Amino acid sequence: MYRENIIEVENLVKKFGDFTANDNLCFEVKKSEIFGFLGANGAGKTTAIKILCGLLFPTSGKVMVAGYDVYKKRHEIRKNIGYMSQGFSLYEDLTVKENIEFYAGIYGLKRSEIKTRFEDLVQKLGIDELKNKFVRDLPLGWKQKIAFSVAIFHKPQIVFLDEPTSGVDPITRRQFWDLIYEAVESGITVFVTTHYLDEAEYCDRVCIMAEGRIDAIGTPDELKARFQSKNMDEVFVKIARGK
Amino acid sequence: MKRFSGFLLKEFLHIIRDTRTMLILFLIPIFQILIFGYVIKNEVKDAKIGIIDMSHDNVTEEITARLDAAVDFNVVREYRNYEEAESGFRANEIKAVVVFADNFANDLGKYRSADVQILLDASDPNLANLINSYISVILNKYSHEKIQTGTPALVSTEPRMWFNENLHSAYMFVPGTMALILMLITALMSSISIAREKENGTMEILLVSPLKPIQIILGKLTPYAVLSIVNVISILVIGNVVFGVPVNGSWVLLLLSSFLFILLALSLGLLVSTVVKTQQTAMFISILGLMLPTMLLSGFIFPIENMPVILQYLSYIVPAKYFLIIIKSIMLKGLGLDYIINEVLILISITVGLIALSVLKFKTRLE
Repeated sequence: MYRENIIEVENLVKKFGDFTANDNLCFEVKKSEIFGFLGANGAGKTTAIKILCGLLFPTSGKVMVAGYDVYKKRHEIRKNIGYMSQGFSLYEDLTVKENIEFYAGIYGLKRSEIKTRFEDLVQKLGIDELKNKFVRDLPLGWKQKIAFSVAIFHKPQIVFLDEPTSGVDPITRRQFWDLIYEAVESGITVFVTTHYLDEAEYCDRVCIMAEGRIDAIGTPDELKARFQSKNMDEVFVKIARGK
Repeated sequence: MKRFSGFLLKEFLHIIRDTRTMLILFLIPIFQILIFGYVIKNEVKDAKIGIIDMSHDNVTEEITARLDAAVDFNVVREYRNYEEAESGFRANEIKAVVVFADNFANDLGKYRSADVQILLDASDPNLANLINSYISVILNKYSHEKIQTGTPALVSTEPRMWFNENLHSAYMFVPGTMALILMLITALMSSISIAREKENGTMEILLVSPLKPIQIILGKLTPYAVLSIVNVISILVIGNVVFGVPVNGSWVLLLLSSFLFILLALSLGLLVSTVVKTQQTAMFISILGLMLPTMLLSGFIFPIENMPVILQYLSYIVPAKYFLIIIKSIMLKGLGLDYIINEVLILISITVGLIALSVLKFKTRLE
């Protein structure tokens, strides 16, 4: 099945002074796939995701997101993406409802639209009792789910998730991935970074990064076959040893 | 515009729900002005003074009675000579001694002037200065009356205290407190509030959104600008009603120049927030770098003329110094814009420079 590219990256380089955070990255992400970025802390995942979101300028290379050039059309890109950062960034002193209304508002959604979508969300997540609680009073798992719901509330083409599951227990992680699958079914492309290797199995394709470079890229099955491994853990270890 | 109003609503919710912020915004200004007003009094009231009267004639006795009758003084003792007076100073019985020379009334009749000497306990120089001025005022008044009735007068060399004849400290601390509070609320609170977004990671989410950076900045700063104006008005009202500080000049000019200072403080807060990552550092820099100079180097508490030369030069870059000149001119002297245009232009250029610097900083962060 042919699917168009929604992200195209060619020879992306990002330097901070002498330090090269992203060294000649080349990859593309197809529409409605779950694309995983794997690697240890400091491998350059967050730098790459920030460049794709328009938070950082690349030093050189071509980067197209949702059909727009990151050098020239950052504003267009921003209308078409959602972003969830490592800390499930919600306002702790606002209620769930206020948080969602605020974020929906800055994306320019109409009031009536916000109302219907919010009611749908409350029903889907079963948060009728939580919706008027302050975010600071919620358990971590709920914060994570709500942060994700906020990131896709304006129905972006792509959602970027930067380590969305760090610090969350395995059961909650599983539930979280169910939400991701649901989003993909509605047509959203998911770009996710993680250092949990078991989560790589949930992705359509993964890209393994170390020291700013891409070491391997492909579907989990392809990679397991190529490195003759039973699971992604082994793939990762073999790549690390191969250096 | 709708996006922006949603942003403002969020900012007001942050402010209203944080008890600490609310305290700083509304209680501290009132407390500060009342504390400066009632506790740190630079005024003389019932100061104990002594007399050495070598003449004991009708004139010296009348002046002594006047000194005693004034609310500022209490004549507690008469000393026979300087030695006695000195031990009076040492025993802390008195803060000052007024000495009338021999043949006081005679001299006054003959030469139209006579010598009055004022001895002061200068271990507290500020107080000594004040008492000196107060006594001179009373002596002046006496001689003035005598001139008008055609009788001989004694001449004092002490000048009158213009614009603040009674040296009310309220005239000094109300403008000073205003500068201090505006710095506190606008620069400190706004830099902390931006740093909080950074610390919590919500700033990234805002930057990824279609909001333009200028909308984010304006959204963060507008609530503090509004609250500062509320504070300016309440300080002026308290100053006027409780402490009797007048607004002799134009209210419009006063409010406009206060707004200029608010803009300046906001751009300082913005600049601080572009260089810090946490609320703690924002607070530290704001208090040390902005509040202390406002308090110490603006001429609010300590006269700039009495500072070491290097600090005098340093005071030129303290915006509050110019603001104090402006509002004192408007409030106390009732002057118009043409008299304060230099200070206004200085504040405008500082503000423009700071905003340009912050925008530059904001941009380079994205590169």
